[in-house]
Amino acid sequence: MKNLNVLQHEMVPEHSIMSDEEVHELLARYGIELKQLPKILVTDPACKEIKAQKDHVIRIKRRSLTADEAVSYRLVIDTKMG
Amino acid sequence: MSSPKRIGKIKFGLLSPKEYRKMSVTKVITADTYDDDGFPIEMGLMDPRLGVIDPGLRCKTCGQRAGECPGHFGHIELAAPVVHVGFAKLIRKTLRATCRRCGHLLLDEMQQHEFLLKMHELKDKNYSTEETVKNVIKEARKTTTCPYCAEQQKEIKYEKPTRYVEDSHKLMPADIRDRFERIPDSDTELLGLDASNVRPEWMILTVLPVPPVTTRPSITLENGQRSEDDLTHKLVDIIRINQRFQENREAGAPQLIIEDLWELLQYHVTTFLDNEVSGVPPARHRSGRPLKTLSQRLKGKDGRFRGSLSGKRVNFSARTVISPDPNLSVNEVGVPETIAHEMTVPIIVTPRNIDDLQEYIKRGPLNHPGANYVKRPDGKRVKVTDKNGDEIAETVENGWIVERQLKDGDIVLFNRQPSLHRMSIMAHRVKVMPFKTFRLNPAVCPPYNADFDGDEMNLHVPQTEEARAEARILMQVEENILSPRFGGPIIGGIHDHISGLFLLTQKGTKFTKSEVYELLRKCTVEKPLPTPAIVEEDVAYYSGKQVFSQVLPEQLNLTLKAKKCVMHAVCLKTDCEIDAYVKIEAGNLICGIIDEKSIGAFSGAILDGIIREYHDTGFTEASRFLDNATKLAIRSIMAFGFSFGIDDEDVSQQAQLEIEEIMEKAEERVSALINAYEFGELESMPGRTLNETLEMKIMQELGRARDKAGEIAGKNLGFAGELALDNSAVVMAVSGARGSMLNLTQMAGSVGQQSVRGERIKRGYYDRTLPHFRKGDLGADARGFVRSSYKKGLTPTEFFFHAIGGREGLVDTAVRTSQSGYLQRRLINALQDLEVEYDGTVRSGEKVVQFVYGEDGIDPTKSNYGKSVNVQKIVQDVIEKHGSG
Repeated sequence: MKNLNVLQHEMVPEHSIMSDEEVHELLARYGIELKQLPKILVTDPACKEIKAQKDHVIRIKRRSLTADEAVSYRLVIDTKMG
Repeated sequence: MSSPKRIGKIKFGLLSPKEYRKMSVTKVITADTYDDDGFPIEMGLMDPRLGVIDPGLRCKTCGQRAGECPGHFGHIELAAPVVHVGFAKLIRKTLRATCRRCGHLLLDEMQQHEFLLKMHELKDKNYSTEETVKNVIKEARKTTTCPYCAEQQKEIKYEKPTRYVEDSHKLMPADIRDRFERIPDSDTELLGLDASNVRPEWMILTVLPVPPVTTRPSITLENGQRSEDDLTHKLVDIIRINQRFQENREAGAPQLIIEDLWELLQYHVTTFLDNEVSGVPPARHRSGRPLKTLSQRLKGKDGRFRGSLSGKRVNFSARTVISPDPNLSVNEVGVPETIAHEMTVPIIVTPRNIDDLQEYIKRGPLNHPGANYVKRPDGKRVKVTDKNGDEIAETVENGWIVERQLKDGDIVLFNRQPSLHRMSIMAHRVKVMPFKTFRLNPAVCPPYNADFDGDEMNLHVPQTEEARAEARILMQVEENILSPRFGGPIIGGIHDHISGLFLLTQKGTKFTKSEVYELLRKCTVEKPLPTPAIVEEDVAYYSGKQVFSQVLPEQLNLTLKAKKCVMHAVCLKTDCEIDAYVKIEAGNLICGIIDEKSIGAFSGAILDGIIREYHDTGFTEASRFLDNATKLAIRSIMAFGFSFGIDDEDVSQQAQLEIEEIMEKAEERVSALINAYEFGELESMPGRTLNETLEMKIMQELGRARDKAGEIAGKNLGFAGELALDNSAVVMAVSGARGSMLNLTQMAGSVGQQSVRGERIKRGYYDRTLPHFRKGDLGADARGFVRSSYKKGLTPTEFFFHAIGGREGLVDTAVRTSQSGYLQRRLINALQDLEVEYDGTVRSGEKVVQFVYGEDGIDPTKSNYGKSVNVQKIVQDVIEKHGSG
């Protein structure tokens, strides 16, 4: 059980770290700043698995009931609340 | 009046006794309010410096009149300090976390430093420090000797509202205050207090502010007697005790009496602040009613927040009972004359409308489309009476505002509580009518969830041009035919509309030309009559389908399966022998029977089809169709005649015998099961105990028996196979207008098993449900099986079981509504400021919540029952347009 990779589980969507250019493009597309993105904790098991650090932006591809695939983005933060 | 001011910032903190005295205009020392002549007593609770409530008088402090003067605080000097209940918990925490001698926080410098660092870090990020404060107190409590003065700490017990006990020795508020005074400013931050705004000792009151009289106005009763506000009563109590306390102390009364008085003072101050503190008996009015004190004014549904700020009473609204009127358009609402007389719409006078408006003014307030008030540009309002009408009409000029009475065609908002979805408030056009109820087309009942068993509804009249435009464009009934809940029509025909069209569109109906005209009289039909479908003995007849086609829009093409479709393996389409394939071509009903699936609310495919077919005028076209179709339906159901009586449930002697036999056999099988169980021969099913197995099998057996009885009854009534269209119950059930196979079964077959929590009824006496049965009887009749039908009548024991089952249903609905109401409130409070932006993102404030609305960016209102596209329909349309080759 020790080496369980949460990302392998079928209920866990695909997480990936975005490159700086991608993040830049994302923010420009929506005309937003980093802090306006939804958040994810560094301590999140999925974050740990892909070795995301604070201030990274993570792309999450989910299966969706309405659209077949939905993409969401989250900013990695290190403290709760806010 | 001073000009409005902008709020720069809001500071939260406690007021110090010094500030209480500074903002006070007078010290209050007498508990009396008025003297014998009815004048307020100086330095009493109604001191004229505390503000004015009597019209005509001027405030002794600010010189303004009643209404303008906001009122001014006074204060009471308490003879001894008392605890403020609102801070009881915080006082407890502070007492436990600080030293009993030197007042220092019970943490050594290292720990303090650590916690401070953490707190500053959180504060920098604007995060909550609540958690850290909790930890500080938890750590400080563990310390047994003060790290600063080496004092041994004692445990402090807290007894309900305002008692603190240390070492079985009561801590007086004065002692607590002394301790708090010793807490250094530098330590308060770790306790979660901001030293610049809050000193811990301010949680113990030494001065009590007296709220201005404007917050506790006294009322003069009809007999001239004054009745004081609850707050004033409470303040009287406080002052009285305060005085007695002082006198006793000065007279050198024994400690015991002083302590008793002190506690009494504490009680009165506590209930003044909050009269619902647990552990404190609520202060009561002479009549026995609990007093409504400060906290009660703010709390709860009718409190200041939920009752006066989030929601308010409004002007320009009306409420009365509703009743149906099928001759109104769905877009209209019938408004009683009495209401139309009272409610007004402000109209600005312009050169274009001055003649019309003068006419209204001349008519005065008593002749219906008249005017009630005229407003001059300088803001003065003149009431129009039946006498001064002509005079005022002459004086109106451009720029004046005439408050004209509500008349036909005005836009109003119509609402029925509970307003659970946006269709609970829709805009209607006024139709002024005699009598005293609001009238509405029964087809708009589903979105309001209204019926006419005494329901009342509210009506609001928008007062500005913008509001009216918005109401018409966004809220008018026809704009809300499609529901955002499932992307289909929520408005549509109900009950008789469905039965009527069902009967009209049967095969074999025929009408002469004059009969057709009679049916279509109230409809707005522009189509010319087609060639009659039937000619018999030189007389031309139109079929019911042709009549119905008259109200269909010309461009409509649609196919659907009627409710009674039996799902042939391969659909026979137009050749369907039961006429369940509905085909509409270019606005003509080619085949099929119109029923709930075509025009019903929640499912009406025709309305849906019209809205999608006519791009720009869809909603108008749809509401026109609905108006025409419902009128036609009502006229046709009246032409056919439709009523329901006991004899519609009659089943033949033969069938009754068959049902009896089924019941007999079922009960035999049940006893066989019970026997097997008692002899231990019953095999338990996987995952079930023997008991559960038996219960399940019995339930199954009895359920089957009821269904079989229903089948026989249904067949006998003409529900299955060849339909008996002369039986109203059958017509309603098959068309989907009302009722179902189950209702028929219960009426004519057997009512079936009554249940509580999904199980057979087993509660009551020891080992039996009623004394009519043997102990341990597991038989069908002993456990709530009703083998009789409603028609036949229930035996006394059956009736009792039925009442038990029925009661459960009632309790369930009561519980469900309260639970779902609270859930709705929480959901709305959580989601109310989500917004879909033009770029398709969902944002709350500036934060992005969803990158594409609903992940697919589809507006559910415009979706095809929740799906983004109806591929089947598109393919069909293309094939039909271009041929399948």
